[in-house]
Amino acid sequence: MNGSHKQKDRLVIHMIKRDTISKPKEWGIRLIAVLLSLIVCAVVIYLITRQNPAEVYSGIIDGAIGTKRRAWVTVRESVLLLIIAVGLVPAYRMRFWNIGAEGQILMGGAATAAIMIYLGDKLPKSAILPLIIVSSLAAGMIWGLIPAIFKAHFNTNETLFTLMMNYTAMQLITYFIVYWENPKGSNTVGVINPATKAGWFPKVFGMDYFLNVLIVVIVTVVMTVYMKYTRQGYELAVVGESANTARYAGINVRKVIIRTMMISGAICGLAGAIIVSGASHTISTSTAGGRGFTAIIVAWMSKFNPLTMIIVSVFLVFMQQGSIQIATQFGLNENASSIITGILLFFLIGCEFFVNYSLVVYRERKED
Amino acid sequence: MNVLLAFIQGAIGQGITILFGATGEIVTEKSGNLNLGIPGIMYMGGIAGLMGAFFYEKGTASPSPAMGLLVSMLTCLAASFLGGLIYSVLTVTLRANQNVVGLALTTFGTGFANFFGGSISKIAGGVGQISVASTASAYRAKIPVLSGIPFVGKILFNYGILTYLAIIISVIVTLVILRTRTGLHLVAVGESPATADAAGINVNRYKYVATLCGSMIAGLGGLYFVMDYLGGTWSNNGFGDRGWLAVALVILALWNPANAIWGALLFGALYILYIYIPGLSRANQELVKMLPYLVTIIVLVLTSKRNKPENQPPASLGLSYFREER
Repeated sequence: MNGSHKQKDRLVIHMIKRDTISKPKEWGIRLIAVLLSLIVCAVVIYLITRQNPAEVYSGIIDGAIGTKRRAWVTVRESVLLLIIAVGLVPAYRMRFWNIGAEGQILMGGAATAAIMIYLGDKLPKSAILPLIIVSSLAAGMIWGLIPAIFKAHFNTNETLFTLMMNYTAMQLITYFIVYWENPKGSNTVGVINPATKAGWFPKVFGMDYFLNVLIVVIVTVVMTVYMKYTRQGYELAVVGESANTARYAGINVRKVIIRTMMISGAICGLAGAIIVSGASHTISTSTAGGRGFTAIIVAWMSKFNPLTMIIVSVFLVFMQQGSIQIATQFGLNENASSIITGILLFFLIGCEFFVNYSLVVYRERKED
Repeated sequence: MNVLLAFIQGAIGQGITILFGATGEIVTEKSGNLNLGIPGIMYMGGIAGLMGAFFYEKGTASPSPAMGLLVSMLTCLAASFLGGLIYSVLTVTLRANQNVVGLALTTFGTGFANFFGGSISKIAGGVGQISVASTASAYRAKIPVLSGIPFVGKILFNYGILTYLAIIISVIVTLVILRTRTGLHLVAVGESPATADAAGINVNRYKYVATLCGSMIAGLGGLYFVMDYLGGTWSNNGFGDRGWLAVALVILALWNPANAIWGALLFGALYILYIYIPGLSRANQELVKMLPYLVTIIVLVLTSKRNKPENQPPASLGLSYFREER
């Protein structure tokens, strides 16, 4: 091939797809990847801050769970990432690339904020929370439904469609902010109902975020059952494997696409309510804050296994919160956490190759 | 007349960033790689160029604008190359899912840029916002004499070097794709990698080279934004959604960089249209700003409905190619 006619040895690397892999080995590979990523992160942090990496990591742990307050924020952010990932699972099982979680979250958040602002002092507290939940589900559902209809009927590329829906949603939020801004002229909504706390998630058992966790646990359990044990869950998996097979089997593919995306969008909308009502009590274009994108990676890497999704969410949020703390400590800006997240993701994504393939290296005597 | 002039110039100013990004993404997508990391790569290219110029101007007693231009362009290209390399290694060699890698890369790139943009002067021991006025003046230098011609000169010759480079690159890329053997091979790889492989084309090499070249072209879009549009400074998240608009423009251009030139102008015009519509309330301005996305959605729906073969995305777009799994 290369024109040489000499005898020479050459190293050949063959990639062989594994038929099976034992659980310990599979998780061993992932553990190695995590360790490597932590080393690279340490090097990066060291280069920027010139601090002893060991201290940096103790700083990260301190930042994530050092105080009761920080630990709760880590829990809050983890369950938030988890519910979005759970919401994306049905769509991805169906091989529908829903990149529009950001937009669906924003619309759910907008519905929540609207109710808090317009009905906060008109409705009794017992009525307002159910209304928030229902309307955020509906808002997210509509945002998921639109691209699904076009996918089902014209096979319109859903990746790009849902992506554009994100920015349409963002523009809508800036439109609402003009009407909702407080104080006038600030171009931000500010904390909604700070005095009455109308529409805020109430404290349960003295815990600020108990309700956040409870809702996410319920949704996760329900969706796991839905995916595993119901006819609809089975149907969408068949559509994901092969639309043609599904058609032969008598499944109405269009109906499944639309139904699944309504569910997926609705859960992401609910996540918007959890952010606005249960955490930030305000809304802005960065309310979703890239979580919709990170959650895609969480869902995909976990192969939709709920337990793995919990582990990955907690790990990513732990590192994010920790690095935000490090950044504040050194007066750097909080975007450091996106760099750390990015590095962790690259390693976690890359290591799946070594889970799926084994490398065989051998010498080959080549004669041309 | 002056309003029209300002509108056209404004539209071009907005459009060039998007044009670089779209041209880069088209090159990448032609090889079958849907690189959603392009927005992140544009961020990386922008901040790297700015940092290159910053450290050059800081380290030299009397920095020359031309050297600043050279240094910043090289650091920009190097950073975008790195971004493309991360994407290619993960998707082509390690066979990871393209969308997942792309989104991770955008998270990384955006964070990388905002982090350094926000803290670079602090890390370097200074205070306040960074500014590389000298280098930016080289990027912003207009064509002498010709730019003085009334109207025609103001519309055609009144821009910095990167504006012309964007158009030249788009034209060259169009010619390469449509008129050369390399372009034919590239299209073959994107349409049917298995067939291309059987014909003796090195699929992985094409995917690598196309992605890396595409990333570097897109990175220049970030450089344009930082140097020419902002005039050599940084504002966190100021780049905004331009990277995603570039991905959207690929659809509007129907995977042809020559169309992207007109498309970029249209997007640029839609981007600033709200300033020029009289009597718009602040709220309605926000609705007008929605237009670029709505136009993209409409084009997306129309092309999928019409189903003309020459207007479709490359057939293998988004799919990794594994020879063993043919």
